[in-house]
Parts: sequence; C-alpha cells; structure tokens
Amino acid sequence: MEDNYKYTIMNKEKLADSIYLMDIKAPRVSRNCYPGQFIILKMDEKGERIPLTICDYNREAGTVTIVFQAIGSSTKRMAEYEIGDAFQDFTGPLGHRSVLIDMPKEELSDKKVLFVAGGVGAAPVYPQVKWMKENGYHVDCMIGARSKNYIILEERIKKYAANVYVCTDDGSYGFNGNVCDCIKDLIHNQGKQYDIIVAIGPMIMMKFVCILTKELGIKTIVSMNPVMVDGTGMCGACRLTVGDEIKFACVDGPEFDGHLVNFDEAIKRSQMYKTEEGKAILRQNERDTHHHPGCECHER
Amino acid sequence: MDVLKRVPVREQDPKVRARNFDEVCLGYNLEEAIQEGARCLQCKKPKCVAGCPVSINIPEFIKELCKGDVEAAFNVISEYSALPAVCGRVCPQETQCEQRCIRGIKGDPVSIGKLERFVADWARENGMKPAKPKKTNGRKVAIIGAGPSGLTCAGDLAKMGYEVTIFEALHEPGGVLVYGIPEFRLPKETVVKAEIENVKALGVKIETNVIIGRSITIDELMEDEGFEAVYIASGAGLPKFMGIPGENANGVFSANEYLTRSNLMKAFDASYDTPIIAGKKVAVIGGGNVAMDAARTALRLGADVTIVYRRSEEELPARVEEVHHAKEEGVKFRLLTNPKEILVNDSGWVSGMRCIEMELGEPDSSGRRKPIEKAGSEFVIELDTVIMALGTSPNPLISSTTEGLVTNKYRCIVANEDDGSTSKEGVFAGGDAVTGAATVILAMGAGKAAAKGIDQYLQSK
Ligand SMILES: Cc1cc2nc3c(=O)[nH]c(=O)nc-3n(C[C@H](O)[C@H](O)[C@H](O)COP(=O)(O)OP(=O)(O)OC[C@H]3O[C@@H](n4cnc5c(N)ncnc54)[C@H](O)[C@@H]3O)c2cc1C
Ligand SMILES: Cc1cc2nc3c(=O)[nH]c(=O)nc-3n(C[C@H](O)[C@H](O)[C@H](O)COP(=O)(O)OP(=O)(O)OC[C@H]3O[C@@H](n4cnc5c(N)ncnc54)[C@H](O)[C@@H]3O)c2cc1C
Ligand code: SF4
Ligand code: SF4
Ligand code: FES
Repeated sequence: MEDNYKYTIMNKEKLADSIYLMDIKAPRVSRNCYPGQFIILKMDEKGERIPLTICDYNREAGTVTIVFQAIGSSTKRMAEYEIGDAFQDFTGPLGHRSVLIDMPKEELSDKKVLFVAGGVGAAPVYPQVKWMKENGYHVDCMIGARSKNYIILEERIKKYAANVYVCTDDGSYGFNGNVCDCIKDLIHNQGKQYDIIVAIGPMIMMKFVCILTKELGIKTIVSMNPVMVDGTGMCGACRLTVGDEIKFACVDGPEFDGHLVNFDEAIKRSQMYKTEEGKAILRQNERDTHHHPGCECHER
Repeated sequence: MDVLKRVPVREQDPKVRARNFDEVCLGYNLEEAIQEGARCLQCKKPKCVAGCPVSINIPEFIKELCKGDVEAAFNVISEYSALPAVCGRVCPQETQCEQRCIRGIKGDPVSIGKLERFVADWARENGMKPAKPKKTNGRKVAIIGAGPSGLTCAGDLAKMGYEVTIFEALHEPGGVLVYGIPEFRLPKETVVKAEIENVKALGVKIETNVIIGRSITIDELMEDEGFEAVYIASGAGLPKFMGIPGENANGVFSANEYLTRSNLMKAFDASYDTPIIAGKKVAVIGGGNVAMDAARTALRLGADVTIVYRRSEEELPARVEEVHHAKEEGVKFRLLTNPKEILVNDSGWVSGMRCIEMELGEPDSSGRRKPIEKAGSEFVIELDTVIMALGTSPNPLISSTTEGLVTNKYRCIVANEDDGSTSKEGVFAGGDAVTGAATVILAMGAGKAAAKGIDQYLQSK
C-alpha cells in the first residue's frame, strides 16, 4: 500500500499563522509546468481532490512548490503532513499558463504591469513575478492581507519585483488599507500608471479590484478558484459565467479577463459546500445515508 | 421448465436496495447458469456472435459451461474480451447479442450477458488469471486513457508482445467504469479493480495522474520517451448544459459531477472526505443510462427523485432493464416535459423549475418523433436540486495540443474504423473519443481493432 504514496514532501515551512509551504517531489509535473497553472493533490485513499496553485518549481530537483492555508477539514489535515511523508496523488500541471507568458515580447515590453496579491494569493503571484524578471520585464507587486501576520513571501517577491507595496487592512504593516485603497493611492497620489493589473486573491477582493480598474480603464487579469472535482473538464463543477459564455475554470482558465467575470455568481457558487444552507443540506444527507447495521434507521 | 422462458435471475428486493449501494442483480449460481445455458441451441451459424461487437464465440463458451467446465468457458471468453465481468453487467445485450439470438423469435433469448457474467465472476472467485505473454518484443506503445477502450487495446498489444504503458489523467484507472457507472450496477472493488488487475497481469503498466496535453504531449511521448505508436482512448467526458436561465444556481450539477463525487470519490460513504449535496427533491433531466444512474444514486442518498424527459417512454434511450429497475425502486417519471427555467431563491439556491408539456409531432432527422411544446401548458415543480444528464462530448484537450490531428465538427477525433488510424502517423484513436458517447463494448471493439492496426503499422515500419 505504501508504494502508492509516491509524492514525497521534500521541504515544509510555516510561512504564517496556518499558512504552509511544501516542496513536493513530482518530476512529471515539474518538467512541464509554468506560472499560472495549478495541480490537484489527493492525500490518501479517503482524501478529496484539492486544487492548489503552483507556487514555484525546480525542474532539476523534480519538485513543485505549493502554499496553502489550513482553512477547512482537508487543508487542516494536510498541514499535519511532515517532511518525508508522501501524498498518494499529485496531478498536473492543470489549466493554462499565465497569459503574460504567451504575450508577444514586443507587446509585453512596453506594458507597465502591476501584480496584486491578496492573502495566499501571493503564492500564485510569486512565480509570475519571478518569470517576468527572469525574462527581462520590470514589474511592480502589491501584497495585501488582513494584518502583518498574514503577509507571506514578501522577501522572495522583493528579489524579483521592481517595487513592492505592502498593505494591511488593520494598518499593522505597510499602507493602512485594503488593496483597492492602495491601488488608488499609487495611481492618484504617487503618479503611477499601469497598463495591466494581475489580481489574485479571495474572490471578493478580485471583484472589488475589477470594479475599480474598470473605472480606471486598466486591463485586469484574475485567477479564479471555484469548487473543482476532476480539474480535467469532465464535471463542470468549476463553471463560471465570463462575458456571456460559460467557461470551465480548470480547462479554459484559471485566468480570465476580470472585467468579464460574473463574480457575484462565482462567489455564491464557491460557498456551496460552506454556507449554512449548504452545511444544513450536508448534515441532512449524513443522517439519511447512515444505513449501517445497528443504526436505528436500518430497522425501519 | 418452459424452454421458451429464461431462468430468472435473483435480484435484491427493490425496497431494500433503494436504500443501499450494494449490487442490484445477484447473478446466477452454477446450477442456474447451466440450466439457462442448456437453452442455447448451439446454432451452426450463430446469429448472436454477429451481434457482439467483439465477436465472442458465444455457443462455444456456453457449451463448455454446460459441461461444467467453467474454466474452459472462461478461456474461450478471454480470447475475445478483457473485461467480461464488466460487459456481462453493463452491455446493452437486448440490442446486441441477445437481440439476434434465435431463441428470441419464439420466446426469451438466451441470457448471454448473465452467463458471461457468471463465468467471469466464477473465474475471479476461483483465482483464475489470463495467461501472461511469453516475451516482449521491446517495442513501446502508449495508450491515453484507462477506460474500457484503452484497457482492451493495451491488453491485446501486451499479448502480442508489446511494452504498453497507459497514461490516465485521474488517480484511478477505469474511465467511466469507475467515475460514472454506480457501485450498485458495477461493483468497483470486486469487479472493476479485479479486471484491471488482469490487464496489468499481462504486463501492462498504468501510470495515473498524467494528463496528456498538459503533463506531456503526444509529440513528446513519441520523440522523448520512445513510444513508437500512441492510441488515444480519452473518452467523451465533457458535460453538456441546456443553456436555460438559472443553470448556474447552487444545487445544479452535471450528472458527471454528481456521479463522480459519489462513485470515484465515494462521497456516499461518510468516512471519505469529498462532500456531496444529495438534495431532498431532485429532478434529473434526460432519459439515458446516465440519467437513470444519477436518479438511482440520488434515491439511495435519500432524495425524492423525478426524471424529466422531453419525449415519451418509448424513446427513452436508457436500457430497458435500467428503466425498469429505476421504476421499481421508486424513481418518478415526468415524460413529455421540458425545462424552461430553473428558479432560484434569494441566496442563490435552486427553488424550483418551470417546465412545459410536450407532444410528439412528425419524425425528425433521427427518425424519432419530434417533441413540440404545448402552448399554455407551463407549470412549476418545487425542487432543491437539478441534475443535468444531457450527454457529453469529447474533451478538446488532446486535439488542441496535438498538431496534425483532425477532428470533426462534434470535436470527435477522425479515425479509421477498421484499424483506428488517424490523420497523424503513428497515432491511433478509438472509443468515445472518436464516436462520441456510446457503449462499453463498442469502445472495447475499437480498442481491439486499433491493437491490430498498431501491430500492422509497427510490423511494416
Ligand atoms: C485553481 C485553484 C487554485 C487554488 N490555489 C490555492 C492555493 O494556492 N493555496 C490555497 O491555500 N488554496 C488554494 N485554492 C483553494 C483550495 O483548493 C481550498 O482552500 C481547499 O479546497 C479547501 O478545502 P478544505 O476542505 O480545507 O476547506 P473547506 O472549507 O472545509 O471546504 C469544503 C469544500 O469546499 C470547497 N472549497 C472550499 N474553499 C474553496 C476554494 N477556495 N476554492 C475551491 N474550492 C473550495 C472544497 O471543494 C471542499 O470540498 C485553490 C483553488 C483552486 C480552484
Ligand atoms: C453514467 C454512465 C453510465 C453508462 N452506462 C453504460 C451502460 O450501462 N452500458 C454501456 O455499454 N455503456 C454505458 N455508458 C457508456 C460507456 O461507459 C462509455 O461508452 C465507455 O466507457 C467509453 O469508453 P472509453 O474507453 O472510450 O472512454 P472512458 O471510459 O470515458 O475513458 C476515458 C479515460 O481517459 C481518461 N482521459 C481523458 N483525457 C485524458 C488525457 N488528456 N490524458 C490522460 N487520460 C485522459 C479519462 O480520465 C478516462 O479515464 C455509460 C456512461 C456513463 C457516463
Ligand atoms: S460482450 Fe456484450 S454483446 Fe458481446 S456477448 Fe457479451 S454481453 Fe453480448
Ligand atoms: S443464437 Fe442463441 S441459441 Fe443460437 S448459438 Fe447464439 S445464444 Fe445459442
Ligand atoms: S473541475 Fe471538473 S470540469 Fe473543471
């Protein structure tokens, strides 16, 4: 049985309260992955398929770096894994790579790009910033979080971004305010100009960034993280309305033109297994599906 | 005994089975199987064989079975099929082998599927394995997708001596057999896994978690990893939606999502992590096998379930046995009904569905009478969950990442029916990826044809 667990954890770091980084041995994924793509991880026989963005990769070592926040039952269980342990399944890369990578060099060269990372969104932003620098582009990066304790990957991002702006909702570190306030400050008070903004973070943050950048007339790319099951285009759980089309985030995305995404619908859908109503339905199911011998409903 | 009637097969009581995920049909025992087998007339020119897409020598295996030599019967079947315990359960026999059976003219046709299933189950329970090929010829062939088509092609090539690796995107091999068809029709651990183990026993390697087109492309497989030929058996997994208002509400699922959560991820078992929203009042839209499977799954998860289908009972594309089982278990049918809109409450969840009654008009291009809306017949059903089972189409991932591979307007890969060859040299294709959603045995038939085609191609190279 143990041989089935072949994706070994080579490194683990705690980046912040309940946020972890892991390097996973996965040569096939590492060989062909790019910034913007994601993987799906399954811990063991009973685990669910958890989508996580590729945060970095080392093709020589055959590893892929993931960063995750332990927020629910699965991610909390994942946080208990240590160096040397292994996951049963690790699939990828999934989705398209960052649209910036596929943009013609002449076009991208004269664009001013700002990355906006919210919370764990710094994980998907980091490899993109790194790729831009390594390919000769100078970009700015904003990292926002609730408070200082949740700012992650700042040092790593600083290595590659021309300017890094930090902001916190409670003002405990950097600019006092959310990323929207901070974007406004850069543009209105500091004379900054951008042609493209890449915003990655909680859906609600991406929604408000898009409302702002639409007003400002700045093209905005977002990375969507709806509920997923297979990640290969087979189930439709990840469907989103983009413009007037239905898109599957796992195969058509995860990046989309933020000004076309129907965020209100996406936010509602992402709550499906979390809201009170969803939980109530789940509890109901659990009651109805216990039919093991000895259970009272079995007698009926 | 009335020779015109088939020996009845034992089934779980509908009331009991509507609440569990155990197999519905219990199958024959040896005595019943021999009794049923004795009804076969051992025709000189057996019509049944012509109805089987992999041409199993049906009278021959039945003859061995009736002699009491189940082992010999299994060896006969194994020459033609790598997944007999699966086919005996899920083949639409009534339109294939059994439809042609001569016994069917005056009475019930011989229960060929149930006999095949018996032989395969007996072989498994008694530890029989197909014989391992003598030696490999050292030539590598890659197969994409571990569904019935890929498994069959792999098994046949391994028997010819090729070194075969199957690349599968999901964490588990089996394709629709593991993610789509439910446990109560096709047990995963005992039946599907065991037959896949048999394919592995022939020397076939299965590498899971590899998505061709993303993890690696077909060109890279051939140029960098030394595969001399590739067989694409990636199925037709992309679900369709209706495009009606409210379809993205919380509580609307594709049948693929609902079934994948329940089958592949085992959400029906509380000890597994993956959640499922079973629903209390569920409508399943569609009338095929997929719709029946989704409906019967929802029923077992405790829901009140109605199938909504726009034509009449006669046109239901599902197997007769499945419709019959669904009804026995308590699934309701609203035929000649078409959804117009899914109603959504303030918090974004399904609250109902506005439908319209239909009537059948003139036959359309498919030869079936075309359903037309009855003016003024709209009505609303209250619901909390809607499952869309409208069919699927091939996933464009492979065709869009493989240069020179021609597809048709339905996104199906264009391949030669006789040998599976495509527009790209060394690349073959078959199964649902070529035909669109079809059946297990047709996908297997295509896998067999492609194995021959690949062998011929490599021999002449
Ligand atoms: C493309 C993609 C990339 C992602 N990248 C990252 C990343 O780099 N780091 C990170 O920490 N998280 C990332 N997420 C979110 C991560 O997958 C979820 O946090 C995780 O599935 C939550 O599981 P849970 O059981 O711990 O939480 P619970 O709240 O207990 O989850 C309950 C159910 O809701 C679903 N769910 C909950 N939150 C999310 C979410 N945000 N996105 C999708 N499904 C969710 C899951 O399917 C789960 O079954 C990504 C999601 C997607 C789709
Ligand atoms: C719910 C349901 C019920 C059904 N009931 C019946 C029935 O009763 N009888 C019957 O005869 N037929 C039935 N069918 C149809 C039957 O299952 C299919 O026709 C058959 O499985 C097709 O086989 P296949 O090998 O071509 O494809 P699939 O079984 O779809 O297998 C394709 C495999 O390829 C993998 N794959 C896809 N893309 C890639 C990629 N890029 N890289 C690597 N791997 C990839 C998939 O993950 C999958 O495992 C049913 C189908 C469904 C969905
Ligand atoms: S494989 Fe299917 S069609 Fe062929 S004999 Fe068996 S049940 Fe009949
Ligand atoms: S057609 Fe019917 S009776 Fe004749 S050989 Fe086939 S199964 Fe037997
Ligand atoms: S996750 Fe299933 S289609 Fe996208």
